[in-house]
Amino acid sequence: MNMLSEGRPTRQDENIEAGAAAGPTTHTGNRALIVDEPLIFETGSPDRSGVDLPDAPDVETCLGGLERNQSIAIPGLSEAETVRHYTRLSRQNYAIDVGLFPLGSCTMKHNPRLNEKMARLKGFADIHPLQPMESVQGALETIHQLAEWLKKLTGMPAVAMSPKAGAHGELCGILAIRSALEARGDAREVILVPESAHGTNPATAAFAGYKVEDIPANDAGRVDLDALKARLGPDVAGVMITNPNTCGLFEPDMKAISDAVHEAGGLVYCDGANFNAIVGRVRPGDLGIDAMHINLHKTFSTPHGGGGPGSGPVVFSEALAPFAPLPFVEKKDDGHFYLVEEETAEDHHESSFGRMVAFHGQMGMFTRALTYMLSHGADGLKQVSEDAVLNANYILRSLEDTLDAPFAHSGPCMHEALFSDKGFAEGLSTLDLAKGLIDEGYHPMTMYFPLVVHGAMLVEPTETESKAAIDQFIGAFRSVAERAKAGDEALRSAPHFAPRHRLDETQAARKPILVWEEPEELVEAAE
Amino acid sequence: MSRYFTDEHEWIDVEGDTATVGITDYAQEQLGDIVFVETPEIGAELSAGDDAAVVESVKAASDVYAPISGTVIEANDALEEEPALVNSSAEEDGWFFRLSLTDKSELDDLMDEKAYKAFVDDL
Amino acid sequence: MRYLPLTPQDRRNMLSTIGASSVDDLFVDVPREVQLDGPIHDLPMHSGEMAVEVHMKGLAKRNHAAGDMPFFLGAGAYRHHVPASVDHIIQRGEFLTAYTPYQPEIAQGTLQTLFEFQTQVARLFGVDVANASMYDGSTACWEAITMARRITKRGKAVLSSGLHPHYVSVARTMARFTKDQLDHQAPELAAATDMDDLLDRIDDDTSCVVVQYPDILGRISDMSALAEKAHAHKALLIAVVTEPVALGAIQSPGEMGADIVVGEGQSLGVGLQFGGPYVGLFGCKQKYVRQMPGRLCGQTVDAEGKRGFVLTLSTREQHIRREKATSNICTNSGLCALAFTAHMTLLGEKGLRELAMLNHKKAVAAAEKLSRIPGISLMNTSYFNEFTLVIDKDTRPLVRKLAEQRILAGVSLGRLYPEESSLTHGLVVAVTETTSDADVDQLVAALEGELA
Repeated sequence: MNMLSEGRPTRQDENIEAGAAAGPTTHTGNRALIVDEPLIFETGSPDRSGVDLPDAPDVETCLGGLERNQSIAIPGLSEAETVRHYTRLSRQNYAIDVGLFPLGSCTMKHNPRLNEKMARLKGFADIHPLQPMESVQGALETIHQLAEWLKKLTGMPAVAMSPKAGAHGELCGILAIRSALEARGDAREVILVPESAHGTNPATAAFAGYKVEDIPANDAGRVDLDALKARLGPDVAGVMITNPNTCGLFEPDMKAISDAVHEAGGLVYCDGANFNAIVGRVRPGDLGIDAMHINLHKTFSTPHGGGGPGSGPVVFSEALAPFAPLPFVEKKDDGHFYLVEEETAEDHHESSFGRMVAFHGQMGMFTRALTYMLSHGADGLKQVSEDAVLNANYILRSLEDTLDAPFAHSGPCMHEALFSDKGFAEGLSTLDLAKGLIDEGYHPMTMYFPLVVHGAMLVEPTETESKAAIDQFIGAFRSVAERAKAGDEALRSAPHFAPRHRLDETQAARKPILVWEEPEELVEAAE
Repeated sequence: MSRYFTDEHEWIDVEGDTATVGITDYAQEQLGDIVFVETPEIGAELSAGDDAAVVESVKAASDVYAPISGTVIEANDALEEEPALVNSSAEEDGWFFRLSLTDKSELDDLMDEKAYKAFVDDL
Repeated sequence: MRYLPLTPQDRRNMLSTIGASSVDDLFVDVPREVQLDGPIHDLPMHSGEMAVEVHMKGLAKRNHAAGDMPFFLGAGAYRHHVPASVDHIIQRGEFLTAYTPYQPEIAQGTLQTLFEFQTQVARLFGVDVANASMYDGSTACWEAITMARRITKRGKAVLSSGLHPHYVSVARTMARFTKDQLDHQAPELAAATDMDDLLDRIDDDTSCVVVQYPDILGRISDMSALAEKAHAHKALLIAVVTEPVALGAIQSPGEMGADIVVGEGQSLGVGLQFGGPYVGLFGCKQKYVRQMPGRLCGQTVDAEGKRGFVLTLSTREQHIRREKATSNICTNSGLCALAFTAHMTLLGEKGLRELAMLNHKKAVAAAEKLSRIPGISLMNTSYFNEFTLVIDKDTRPLVRKLAEQRILAGVSLGRLYPEESSLTHGLVVAVTETTSDADVDQLVAALEGELA
């Protein structure tokens, strides 16, 4: 026979000892695709550049005698090095593109790439905020169309588009409430916030000059309506309520809450971070809400970008609409679009509380969100909410036999399922389960929030996960939870397979190093 | 010198008209690794129950209240460089500030060591 | 629907696992009477990619893109060339579709870039530390004023007349509610800034003096004396930089003694985008770091002793300190910060200095040509890439008329200061590396035509 035995071996070497697959230490410290990347300050130099520029015209400078003479000490890299540097860094990140990202309350759904393509059209990306209005009619109409979508989806008559993110939207809503109360000569001082609220709620109320008081929750994880009613009075400006709330539950008494607050002369702010659970099923305008921000980066699929940018338009009731901030877009009878700002604010906008940002808000997010809404349509957006809620309930019911689910007895959840670390072995907690999930290839759920549940784990799968992906996640979650209950010590030191082991946050906070500094030996050598 | 305790987990050493205040070993244990302590300004006049200092771990910031009324006469500057002192020596080197007392009768409302121990055992 | 993976069979199977007969059972907490019975009326149904593209392109086409015609607008947003690799980097899915780095072991990519960003911003501004970004320059400016209030425990901020009027508006809006006092006047069309006047207005009640550098009319002034006077009264100097490219050519605010430096980072990597998203820059002296708003990334080590990065000093922030937080900001401008950093890394000090000088000298050449037009004079004696022309005409209608001729001529001061009749003849003109000689010649010809 003709034995072709040259080339690479095709059989596993049976003599390799068990465990040796972990491999030896490498010369570089790298592990194949897990590659450490130095800082640009260690590899670049101030005289290297990845940009070629034409020569400047030969004229005298006119800088008022303030020419920069000190070094800036910002290193440069060639284009080739720059692309590799950031590409290598990117591979140390988990992202929705990489896998299921069940971060409760944060709504990590798929970010459609059509959105990105549309936002980059030069007619959107390359226009200046102060161009004459006639030269940006398409941009103004885009804002107007998105505003119409948001008003119809929420059943509210007005919307402020300029807030830059959710917390900024909260501020917009609270300032409108305060303006409306001041306009009627009613200087109320207190905003009531449920214990389970996002930290931004009390911070926002305080930022706007209000005192903050807690509203307690009942055993079913909802606002205690009686306690709320008991606290209402002439000093209460309003309430900030998240609905669906941060336990992932709908507040069934929302209308009664709104009525009671209105009765007492206050106004109702709704934190719309969880609007994605109810779009197309119920309109906040039918629940008596006066103001609600909408996170375009949660509900309407604009990317989170590693921490922003967001966008937080705020819808308003009739009571608050006159106080909405400048600027905003109006459509004139002749079909032209018109930006109402300082120059053009006419008499009927005189009660606006003013400007919150330099320009018109997050246009780049508006184009993405509108693209998403048009893609889904009214029918699709309803399906989105239903699938998001279905996926979350599927996880809740699939894991409640393994994990404590504090409110599972009270009925279905909305778009996120809440668990706790009750029943874990001594010394193991939510943090350990989270880090164990990293080793299984998942981004962990939101942990230790809401604060009303000890060791909380908030799991939000979103509608863009398939059943197969969710089944696999449930399997991984159950496995890690069982290890935590059994007291598996290996979880304490997880993650074992990520680019980094657990990081020392205590050291980071005790001796903050917030910018890079040249190591002393290099500085000395240079001198 | 006598040592008093509060149900807010502060200890108070009183010597003459001067009181030294810190947080208890039980409190530091609960807070975990302390990363920062903000002490009050010298000369600040505090009433019992006022915010006097802030103690921070990585995950939480806790207010330390003035257990009794008085004027701040000294703050423990060592904590600025070494907040870990609160963990290693909560009831000695990790003291927060000293007050000159306004009303010594306020001490009557505080616990002694035995009472505090019983209080903590109940938690 | 292309973004939804569940099949009708999946849905039935999942409902049966849950023990629900239909999806309606999952919405039982929503009272019947407010539940909608079908898709919301008066909105279109779902569409394919092609149809959506047609719709969006139709909207985009109805705008005059800056790159399609001579373009001279600035006043807080500047058109610079963004290298192709910047957009490639920010479209890496691992950056684009990541969340805030709450789990540092699997977010070192974002965290390390934030650490690089913070270092670049601090060095550019000449201060010790910088944060991981704010929404934009205007909100960063207000946050700096509130930070000065916390540090000095005083409530009067003195604002330079050269501060961007929108930044002033934002501060006014907020100050009304926080009861801060703002001392501010509109600028005058003159080469001299209000430095001397500002020196007189600082007293022992002043928390901070806020100066834009270069200012809204393009002027550059030395802030050293102001820093000295402020410090003598235990007040802070806040510098506001709306055009960070300028700092490749002129001294940093930190060198002049500024305590807090904030700015708009849009110029580097981000693009115009009709005003947002942009990226707020925020730096300060080390001793004030615990009063800073926003996220901070810090260096540490992991359990094996390897260097790594985490979000740190979080006890300042809303999710821990709640109503006692330094700010309510949560989501910031992460991806724009990445764009800024990538662009800055491509430039390096050498590239930044060259870019700055190219901007400046092109502006000088353009200013010379424009000021030769009868009826137009150059107001500035100092400027970077933006200057103010004083024109024998109301510049608001003039700018609109030139736009009809497909020339975007600049920002009329009448639009920025509708209540100040003394400014209606001012036109702020910006010139960057993207402005060609032919663009300038077209603007000159058009202005000559209008003024003839």
